[in-house]
Amino acid sequence: MANPLANPVKSSAGAAARPVHIKVRGLTMAFGSFVVMRDLNFTVRHGEIFIIMGGSGCGKSTLMRHLIGLIEPAAGEIYYDGANFTAAAPEERDTMLRRCGVLYQSGALWSSMTLAENVGLPLGEFTDLAPGEIREIASLKLALVGLKGFEDYYPNQVSGGMQKRAGLARAIALDPAALFLDEPSAGLDPVSSNLLDELILELRDSLGTTIVIVTHELASIFAIGDNSVFLDAEIHAMGAFGNPKELRDHSDNPRVRRFLTRGAINLETAPQDG
Amino acid sequence: MIAPDSEAPNVALERDPAGAAVVRIGGRWRLRRGMPATEPIERALEAAGARALRFDAAAVGPWDSSLVGFVVRLEEFCRARNIAVERGALPEGLARMVALAQAVPENRDARARSDAAPLLDRVGAATIAKFAAISNFTEFLGETAIALARMATGRARFRRSDLLEAIQACGANAFAIVTLISYLVGVILAFMGAIQLQQFGAAIYVADLVAIGMVREMGAMMTGIIMSGRTGAAFAAQLGTMKVTQELDALATMGVSPMEFLTAPRVVALVLMMPLLCLYADVVGILGGATVGVVMLRLSLQAYLRESIAAILPATLVGGLVKSAVYGALIALAGCYEGFKCGDSSSAVGDAATRAVVAAIVAIVVACGMFAVLFNILGI
Repeated sequence: MANPLANPVKSSAGAAARPVHIKVRGLTMAFGSFVVMRDLNFTVRHGEIFIIMGGSGCGKSTLMRHLIGLIEPAAGEIYYDGANFTAAAPEERDTMLRRCGVLYQSGALWSSMTLAENVGLPLGEFTDLAPGEIREIASLKLALVGLKGFEDYYPNQVSGGMQKRAGLARAIALDPAALFLDEPSAGLDPVSSNLLDELILELRDSLGTTIVIVTHELASIFAIGDNSVFLDAEIHAMGAFGNPKELRDHSDNPRVRRFLTRGAINLETAPQDG
Repeated sequence: MIAPDSEAPNVALERDPAGAAVVRIGGRWRLRRGMPATEPIERALEAAGARALRFDAAAVGPWDSSLVGFVVRLEEFCRARNIAVERGALPEGLARMVALAQAVPENRDARARSDAAPLLDRVGAATIAKFAAISNFTEFLGETAIALARMATGRARFRRSDLLEAIQACGANAFAIVTLISYLVGVILAFMGAIQLQQFGAAIYVADLVAIGMVREMGAMMTGIIMSGRTGAAFAAQLGTMKVTQELDALATMGVSPMEFLTAPRVVALVLMMPLLCLYADVVGILGGATVGVVMLRLSLQAYLRESIAAILPATLVGGLVKSAVYGALIALAGCYEGFKCGDSSSAVGDAATRAVVAAIVAIVVACGMFAVLFNILGI
């Protein structure tokens, strides 16, 4: 845990002063000869809520899978706190990944385990906690996501939204320094989606966690995003990097503004400020 | 205000001048190093008869969920004993996490699930479930029959390429394993016969024993057992996964009957392929026996094969092939039935595949017994 938990980040102000957490340099993602994205360069700072956005199929989830080492880059490197993740030996990588929590698109809870067992598994593997304490921390994590009392339910006995929240509880089980969320609000109603946004803000504000979110929910992007990268599927490269609201109003890439205004801007007309 | 980093988490209970209890928290709180117990503090609070509690967290270094868990546990204890807790002096982030953990009230309905029903209840429920399973299976059989009838009259909705793929999967792709197993079964039969028959100088009758044994029983039976492990399990796993991922629902809501689209081609493929595999297994088994006859018993290959062919009556051969077709239907039905009634989790898919194999093998052995009685009555 490299982030200073005793000094949690309170707001997005003064973002430039915070140390760089994740650095992506010259990352090219490709499947065989098909290049998904070419030469991505961006940084994510500690305690930042960072949005990976772009149209469907542009490679958002693929980028996330690169960041957590599930796919090897075709070219380029990824650094965590200045240490090269791409070139790291498998054991070093595992140590670095242990500081990351991941919420997969469909929750990816282990269906043969109860919610408490799902959250408790990483605690049992990587801490010295006694079984009773694991159960207690697992209950605490479930309580944080509003699932108190559902410890002994199996994933298929709870709703999709609850599975997602349980997945989040599992992702934060080890108090990760970086939290990766793949489409966290997909399939949630607007109210639940809003609650999830508040929970994400709360986690960042109280624990100082860096949060990387793959999403195309505009409401969430503007509500919680400090910084963002836009993947442009047309040119297979980064379309923009910056604060989502500023990009919406001032980006010189018309496709970025079009995305951030739900297509309300005509690509043919001159840029107009919102 | 930050304690030295090497310091372990520490907790102490003190009294302030006003008489209130103060929990002084300090050190580094790291989940991976475990959590301090709350019991000593709780006992001290009880002994002092405190009515109010506040925290002093000035000496807290970096902290994580272990401290949140500690504070939540202590607060729960205090709530149960009506001790007022003042959270104000906690670090801001910590206070917010504690508040968040207690924001949503516990779902009491969720926890109050009955898990230990009386024995009589459970026996009754199990019996009802068994009867329901019988009626479910009967329904499944009926639906399959209707789907097959529609297929025969060309009215069923299914993809011809699916049928061909199923035929390839349970026909051609099973060749290697059927070859190996039936050759070895032929060898084993020949060895068993040879030991006895050699004593009477009737070694040539090993050929009769192997030929009749393979053609009548073992060819169909061994192919059936191979195919239930290979194809029956695959059917259950395929359909079970389709159930988990809602692909079955997608078919049904589109007005395509899963029975016609999925079950019928699989049943047809296995019923068509099993007799062919069985015939092949018969031949390979006889060759296995011939290997033993020639190498161990010093019979001539020609004499062995002539004796084998003479031993096989046409009715025996047809009987064996009919049996294998029936076994094929049983395997396909068991696989598809277990796949369709699979639960909606990944472990349920594994259970479905296991049950499909067990059900298919039991059904094959039972059917084999029934055929033996039937053929005896018919004099085949």
